[in-house]
Amino acid sequence: MEFKITMPRKRRELYNKEICACSIFGAMNRDGERFTGAGVMKAIANMHVRGNGLGGGFAAYGIYPEYKDYYAFHLMFTGCSAEARMAAKMGFDPYLYENFDVVYDEEIPHRDESTVSDPPLVWRYFVTPNKKGDDAALSDEDYIVAKVMHVNTKIDNAYVFSSGKNMGCFKGVGYPEEIGEYFMLDRLYKAYTWTVHGRFPTNTQAWWGGAHPFSLLDTTVVHNGEISSYGTNRWYLEMYGYACTLQTDTEVIAYAADLLMRRQSLPIDLVAKILAPPIWNSIDRMNEKEKKLLTTLRMVYGPLLMNGPFSIIIGQTGKMIGLTDRIRLRPLTAATRGPMFYLSSEEASIRLISPELDSVWTPNGGEPVIGELNNIT
Amino acid sequence: MKSFVFPEFHIIRDEAKCGQCRGCERQCAFGTHTYDPVQDRLISDDYKCAGCQRCVVFCPKNAIEVRPTPSPYRANASWSREKMEDLKKQAETGGVILTGCGNDKPFRIYWDHIVLNASQVTNPSIDPLREPMELRTFLGAKPDIMEVKTDKGDVEIRTKLSPNLVVETPILFSAMSYGAISYNAFRSLATAACKSGTYFNTGEGGLPKEMREKFGKCAIVQVASGRFGIDAEYLNCASAVEIKVGQGAKPGIGGHLPGEKVSAEVASTRMIPAGTDAISPAPHHDIYSIEDLSMLISALKEATNYEKPISVKIAAVHNFAAIGSGIVRAGADIIAIDGLRGGTGAAPKAIRDNVGIPIELAISSLDRRLRNEGIRNRCSIIAAGGIRCSADIVKAVALGADAVYIGTSALIAMGCNLCQKCNTGKCNWGICTQDPRLSGRLNVDIASQRLANLVQAWSHEISEMMGGMGINALESLRGNRDHLRGVGLYEWELEVMGIKGAGE
Repeated sequence: MEFKITMPRKRRELYNKEICACSIFGAMNRDGERFTGAGVMKAIANMHVRGNGLGGGFAAYGIYPEYKDYYAFHLMFTGCSAEARMAAKMGFDPYLYENFDVVYDEEIPHRDESTVSDPPLVWRYFVTPNKKGDDAALSDEDYIVAKVMHVNTKIDNAYVFSSGKNMGCFKGVGYPEEIGEYFMLDRLYKAYTWTVHGRFPTNTQAWWGGAHPFSLLDTTVVHNGEISSYGTNRWYLEMYGYACTLQTDTEVIAYAADLLMRRQSLPIDLVAKILAPPIWNSIDRMNEKEKKLLTTLRMVYGPLLMNGPFSIIIGQTGKMIGLTDRIRLRPLTAATRGPMFYLSSEEASIRLISPELDSVWTPNGGEPVIGELNNIT
Repeated sequence: MKSFVFPEFHIIRDEAKCGQCRGCERQCAFGTHTYDPVQDRLISDDYKCAGCQRCVVFCPKNAIEVRPTPSPYRANASWSREKMEDLKKQAETGGVILTGCGNDKPFRIYWDHIVLNASQVTNPSIDPLREPMELRTFLGAKPDIMEVKTDKGDVEIRTKLSPNLVVETPILFSAMSYGAISYNAFRSLATAACKSGTYFNTGEGGLPKEMREKFGKCAIVQVASGRFGIDAEYLNCASAVEIKVGQGAKPGIGGHLPGEKVSAEVASTRMIPAGTDAISPAPHHDIYSIEDLSMLISALKEATNYEKPISVKIAAVHNFAAIGSGIVRAGADIIAIDGLRGGTGAAPKAIRDNVGIPIELAISSLDRRLRNEGIRNRCSIIAAGGIRCSADIVKAVALGADAVYIGTSALIAMGCNLCQKCNTGKCNWGICTQDPRLSGRLNVDIASQRLANLVQAWSHEISEMMGGMGINALESLRGNRDHLRGVGLYEWELEVMGIKGAGE
């Protein structure tokens, strides 16, 4: 009973994911003192061979103290010529001005003599929400999330790099040290937390939107690994309104962190137990109270278990969190020196910029290491 | 009236080997073999043979061979032998053709057109012999959000959780009622379920009183349109309650257990007089709408003190995804969907072979529908009908099922050879019969061991396949269509299942 009919081939809407093997690095001054990107650029350059020049990026916290009450939008506009990129911006601006009050905007300064290829137009806007109609009931943050999802899915050639307060992402195609130089991170910006990513994409062609960090509001994620549970994580997040559009598996971690930490207000140590839960054999041996908690977490949030190898650094206002998958298939080293807190794929990179360390250790699989700001300036 | 139907099987007896022990004569309830004392030899009547192979397996001398006969008719693509002979039978009897087991027609088996993924280089595959591999699954409603209160590292769960079933492997035994199958077969399923950390489903025929204490904890009890054997103790001794609305082998019609199969024990379990036909109506006569279903779900939750998940079983038919969504909103914790190839103890052949849709397409549609509506976590999906091996289960889970029910596979493990004569009550393997002489042939210890072995073997294989994909927990495979690719499928089929073609 096989039916022999020829069907016209039509385009199906299919998702894509991109697989990465990469280097990650994070540095935080827990006293809130701000420092330039020079050190982290040197550290990530030391892990040059973990990337392949197809993506690098930085997240920096505390860089816009003069605009700290405004949401800082970093926007990327793509196109094959300067005119096309400007046209993409013209297509986006009306949407922005309709939904936000813009207090200041400018092109993000960069070095034109840089070696990076084919850079898009990158612009920053400092805005406050201008909520109207049905949106008025939304919190500022839910409103921003909804608008960011709209821009990424509905507006052609415009992608939001970052959308938090007093922070920003700088990323692109190239080695991370090249991206750092392109945006002059060693000269123009001072942050109390820097996270960095050097990329080795193995699946699809590189594009500027696909570089790390991935961010939503003030949560950023840099990620080394491949998420084999991507399809499952994705459908669960889509049920909560997160559109996965940037063609990479790292996106789901940023959205999962936003869902669990911001919208559902779960503390970070529980979130870590959701993303990388202990195995049942361990849970079954715990005391009744712990067993019940962890069993319930796995039962309720099973679809957010991040399976497959990963190490990640999650950045948030006043926080930097490192986490590996539950069987620790990707490297992560943590270290402290005075107020400084470091996370890195390789210890050598930390030693390069801080030869003396108070303590240095390898976190266990699935156990988060958390650095928190003592006083937010 | 002389029958014009040709025999389906031809029995070849090696007279040189035959020792005239008359074993075959005793084995065959259809009376195929008879002993002729005059000739001192056994005579076989091809016309009576069901092709169950019982005599072949049990002949001590290996003297018997049963072969399907080739079609005696002139080849005709339109008038196949089956069509002609079914027609003749009806011309001779004027009746509906009854049959057993599942749809045997060559509808596309999508499992065989889907291939699985494996890790290479960028993601290490995991060796299940050395690393933990987790198949534990929770079946039931999950909340959208888990609220917690933290107090100095002490975490307290504030959200009220729905009851869930915990299975150690995503394989459950499908509904097969005591009455349709023998007591020994029923008890074998129950024993194996308890042994394997999973559940068996009582079907609509009740749960014998003496089994309730021991096997209730691994039972899902069914409430069907005939309401056989239901009392408060029946509902409360089990781990979950299932409302049976439809069955994949016979969507839209009820059940019929002929009076001959209603023995004293079956009668007392079903709470009906012995020897009377047990007829379950096509619809539940208290469910004529979705709001009626909602009321029955509520009534059952009330009767079980909100301690047990309530499942609703429906057959996969054309608009079942929308119905499934309604079922979730009506309060069901689990939806069991039974596909085109689901089995039965007795069904009109016309229904079995023509009604319903393949389970592979159904799983994906239902999963997508519930996700699009944002209610996928409010229920679990158990897929049934046509699961033949561990790879089918992996594919079912990746298409969106939480677990699967196996019925036919479990019967084959116990000895069934799919002769499709379940409706006659003469099962020579002791499975689908109430004749004590036949049902005594099924040894509960052996049959339950065979079932437990099957579950164990499949669980190992599922672990191997998951490890290859770099996944070490089943929840990360659920709905993960990334790991599936279609081969030889049309665009619409790929689209319904939400998978890419191989190489894409």
